[in-house]
Amino acid sequence: MRNVLEQVLQCNKRNAWVAAAALALLLLVLPFATDTLLGRGWVRIVDFALLYIMLALGLNIVVGYAGLLDLGYIAFFAVGAYCYALLGSPLFGLHWPFWIVLPLGALLACFFGVLLGAPTLRLRGDYLAIVTLGFGEIIRIFLNNLNAPVNITNGPQGISLIDPIQIGGFSLGTAHELFGLVFPSVYLYYYLFLAIALLIIFASLRLQDSRIGRAWMAIREDEVAAHAMGINTRNVKLLAFAMGATFGGAAGGLFAGFQGFISPESFSLTESIMVVCMVVLGGMGNIGGVVLGGVLLVVLPEILRHGAGPAQQALFGKTVVDPESLRMLLFGLALILVMLWRPAGLWPSTQRQRELTSASAVRQQDAYDAGK
Amino acid sequence: MTQASEALLALSGVGKKFGGLVALADVSLHIRRGEIYGLIGPNGAGKTTLFNILTGLYQLDEGNFTFNGRVYSRCKAHVLAQAGIARTFQNIRLFANMSVLENVMVGRHLRTHAGIWGALTRNAAARAEEKAVLQRAGELLRYVGIASPHHTLAKNLSYGEQRRLEIARALATDPQLLALDEPAAGMNATETASLKILLQTIRASGVTVLLIEHDVKLILGLCDRVAVLDYGRKIAEGVPEEVRCNPAVVTAYLGTDDADAEDE
Repeated sequence: MRNVLEQVLQCNKRNAWVAAAALALLLLVLPFATDTLLGRGWVRIVDFALLYIMLALGLNIVVGYAGLLDLGYIAFFAVGAYCYALLGSPLFGLHWPFWIVLPLGALLACFFGVLLGAPTLRLRGDYLAIVTLGFGEIIRIFLNNLNAPVNITNGPQGISLIDPIQIGGFSLGTAHELFGLVFPSVYLYYYLFLAIALLIIFASLRLQDSRIGRAWMAIREDEVAAHAMGINTRNVKLLAFAMGATFGGAAGGLFAGFQGFISPESFSLTESIMVVCMVVLGGMGNIGGVVLGGVLLVVLPEILRHGAGPAQQALFGKTVVDPESLRMLLFGLALILVMLWRPAGLWPSTQRQRELTSASAVRQQDAYDAGK
Repeated sequence: MTQASEALLALSGVGKKFGGLVALADVSLHIRRGEIYGLIGPNGAGKTTLFNILTGLYQLDEGNFTFNGRVYSRCKAHVLAQAGIARTFQNIRLFANMSVLENVMVGRHLRTHAGIWGALTRNAAARAEEKAVLQRAGELLRYVGIASPHHTLAKNLSYGEQRRLEIARALATDPQLLALDEPAAGMNATETASLKILLQTIRASGVTVLLIEHDVKLILGLCDRVAVLDYGRKIAEGVPEEVRCNPAVVTAYLGTDDADAEDE
């Protein structure tokens, strides 16, 4: 699937259309194929992969484009999720429609992004990372403790029975029969998540190649020079934080509706680090790389979880290492190996290479070489 | 003629301290519109500190300065860039992993307006603006004479071209005053000669140039007026030939014949 995507980006126009069509078809039948080949549980994993891709793409704006290390990103995911859960669950008896609650959650996350960013963005590098890490923990601890004296978040028990996402009268929480095919709930969520992930990819691509995107990258490259060139670094960094948080908040709302249950446990520091890993391992600043990172970091641990036990049984006749611990062990090893061999990520930004191989650039290069 | 000789930038009594170290003390000078003004002095004399104050990277402790008749002391860097002061850096500070073209396009940031909405929708206004930015960046690259392909990463340019790219990026902000911090440092004679021609062209286009430089030949051949800083104080100012013969300047650069001379 990734090879196809790579081709989309690198081949000439006609091939690109063919590859795009193939990719679109693949993405359309993916839930059916996964279900038939691997089972229903895997469709759910694919749905989660899409959610993480959205998160990673949001964080990519902050870390990959603007170069601000945010270790508390999951807090925005939490804000979006809790906003959805509070306005769409029996806890307060509110059942607002999805199309109001989801944008509201994204907006609220955006607000929190600005709230966090305004006082902290004068910090750089490690210092910013520490403050954002603290912010992530503050949000989680608040959610954990806001059950007394007035119960708002239901504390560590979390919020259950959250309304499934419902578009018009069409609930994504139950199976539907369309065009003679049965679409179980996980399939429907898959298509919704896919559409929104594609929307975020589209937005990321457009932002990357714009005045604002260039300003972000200039700040990443050299903040002092960017400031001296007339970029209002504070505002532009705040904008990156707000955009990243918005995407995170939207993903959070989708997560709450999909899962039906959320608790502060889902928004721990480990989750923040996972999302940072997706961005860094996949290839900071490169959308394809970030998507790849998201898929790998969701799917690989699952493969290990399902595969490690039986593999040990077959090899040694008994389970030597608990699959769960083995999973983290291999995961850590993979991280170290990638950082050693591909420090720029598995799929680093190829934008420059593509620019260099494009026809006009080749002509320019030839002219330049001839001149030498 | 009054228009041409009016002060574009006027410093009065500018002082800056870093802890106990006096980096600048009571520096006053006027830079007239349309001239090439040189700022020289031994290492550590406070030239770059002065630049950093003028471009908002440092805030001054005493005195003030006006640009175009308005007081800009203690403004932030982007406000001064907006006002029309652009600079280059002594130790080149390009956006290393961005292309040559993008580096110059970043310089257009403060003269353009497209925001998030424009970026996402690519509406007619945003597209037109982007096209204009692209065109202007291309023009500027030709203007400063960068021969490398526009998609080369800035870090892969030769040293001389990196210096020129910094000038192009600064010019992209449509400055009235271009402040160059040792633009000829590390250049060979040929590169310095073509830099001199470039600076004369820039001045002819109506941009005032403020220049820190150690290359005496370049200063003498290029500058209309020169100020000399030593230990944070202005010790001389005037046309280059006059400044060169000034005994205080000679002392600052070469020292005195004997230690007693200082007391006299």
